[in-house]
Amino acid sequence: MPVTVVNNTKVWQRYDKATRLKIWMGWITGTAITLLCWQLISNNTRWEFVADASQQLSAFLQRMFPPDWAYAEQLWKPLWDTITIATLGTLLAVSIALPLSFVAARNTTPHPILRYVALLIIVISRSVNSLIWALILVAITGPGVLAGILAIALRSIGFIGKLAYESIEETSYEPIEAITATGANRLQVLDYAYLPQVLPSFAGISIFRWDINIREATVLGLVGAGGIGLNLNASVDLLRWDRVGMIFVLIFVLVLISEAISARVRKAII
Amino acid sequence: MAELTASSVTSRRWRKPPLIRNPWLRWGLLIGTLAYLAVAISSVPVDGARIARGLERGGRILLGFLQPDFASRWYDIQIGVLESLTMTVVSTVAGVLLSVPVGLGAARNLAPAPIYLACRSIITISRTFQEVVIAIAFVVMFGFGPLAGVCTLAFATIGFMAKLLAEDIEEIDPAPLEALRATGAGWLKTVTYAVMPQVSARLVGLSVYRFDINLRESAIVGIVGAGGIGSTLQTTFNRYDYDVSAAILFIIIALVMTTELVSGQIRRRLQ
Repeated sequence: MPVTVVNNTKVWQRYDKATRLKIWMGWITGTAITLLCWQLISNNTRWEFVADASQQLSAFLQRMFPPDWAYAEQLWKPLWDTITIATLGTLLAVSIALPLSFVAARNTTPHPILRYVALLIIVISRSVNSLIWALILVAITGPGVLAGILAIALRSIGFIGKLAYESIEETSYEPIEAITATGANRLQVLDYAYLPQVLPSFAGISIFRWDINIREATVLGLVGAGGIGLNLNASVDLLRWDRVGMIFVLIFVLVLISEAISARVRKAII
Repeated sequence: MAELTASSVTSRRWRKPPLIRNPWLRWGLLIGTLAYLAVAISSVPVDGARIARGLERGGRILLGFLQPDFASRWYDIQIGVLESLTMTVVSTVAGVLLSVPVGLGAARNLAPAPIYLACRSIITISRTFQEVVIAIAFVVMFGFGPLAGVCTLAFATIGFMAKLLAEDIEEIDPAPLEALRATGAGWLKTVTYAVMPQVSARLVGLSVYRFDINLRESAIVGIVGAGGIGSTLQTTFNRYDYDVSAAILFIIIALVMTTELVSGQIRRRLQ
């Protein structure tokens, strides 16, 4: 009990002395590390450029407003491409990730070694950002929508796969045992015992990732992988900030709509 | 049930119920999806000749992954990785510290309407734009370099943390809140003694999780000049030094996996 006697009265404290010391040490180390990191960043920063940041910001906003509304006409096709990249990329990822997740889940995997291979694929896919995947793919397929679709798919396999195999591992055992007891073979058990339990969460995960992918697809064009990011990159390079403003408006609306759709659908499923 | 003959039994065979009960909705969705897919797939240009040429380059990339070159650009890689790590630390700390007031302001049960709306719009803007888009704006303001990256990641952290924190606060047990108010405690004291104890464990868990995400994102904001390993990676790609790119990618994957393991352990212990 962290109770000390001071002047003959008992004083209660939340932690004893050793714990308090540990907490203090933790805070001090954390602060020291953060300050050290900050110093490194500060050394690599040209502070004379930062000094006029407020002027830069106001100039930036002034040149962005009003957005170049006429430019929107040229943006419908890139916008369609962006949605296509996100949708087809997600579908491709779903069609690979779902079988993969059954291999990766502890209770459905055909073999432990295969399970580790599947887990490795999931981890690698998750660790690499879709922009980096796009960087690699643009070198192979050339710039364009195809590279974007593949990049989105490669990143999403890990995301969908991880959440999906976790939900497979959480399935309750009774229906599985019941179906197995009827003499069903492995495929039938999968179809009648596992799938009904996990399909709603699979659908929810996929829609959730689609929503994230819309956001990711807006920037893939910065490395040449198609979509509205291409126009963003070109407008930034030309310093046409009014066009950049127009693109920001469209991205904002697109992401808000996709988020609303995703939230609506997930609420209906779950 | 005498009239239940063998034939009527077979005709009443049980079938799996369809996923969507309403047949109109079911078939409409199916046909709509197929039509959309046909249009979408046909709008994707596929240049077979370009891909054939690219496959040769793909082979070289694969070769680079089999023989990653850590040595020849080790100095640049080292600086880039160190910068990414420091950016992650500073931006996570700054972002979490700033997300607490924003999160408190965005909780409907604590904040008055104007503050609520202001905080909610900060969250919406931060969550709508991808990190790289925000990085473009910060690079314009602060010039090239890691400071723009730190601000980007901190801003993105605010959106993420504040939203989840606000949702948590809106779901807290109202009894302690009422008890504190009944004693005549002010707003700050109510928050310190009734709200924070209920959400702080999750706040720590989320911060650790966000650290992971920031590390991953710090590897890409460099593509628009906001510091970190991303610019080095892009340079190696533009110079066709695929063995160096492979080395950088391996380092990124190893770092992300390590922090993910550590943060997973921490979060498990917190629960």
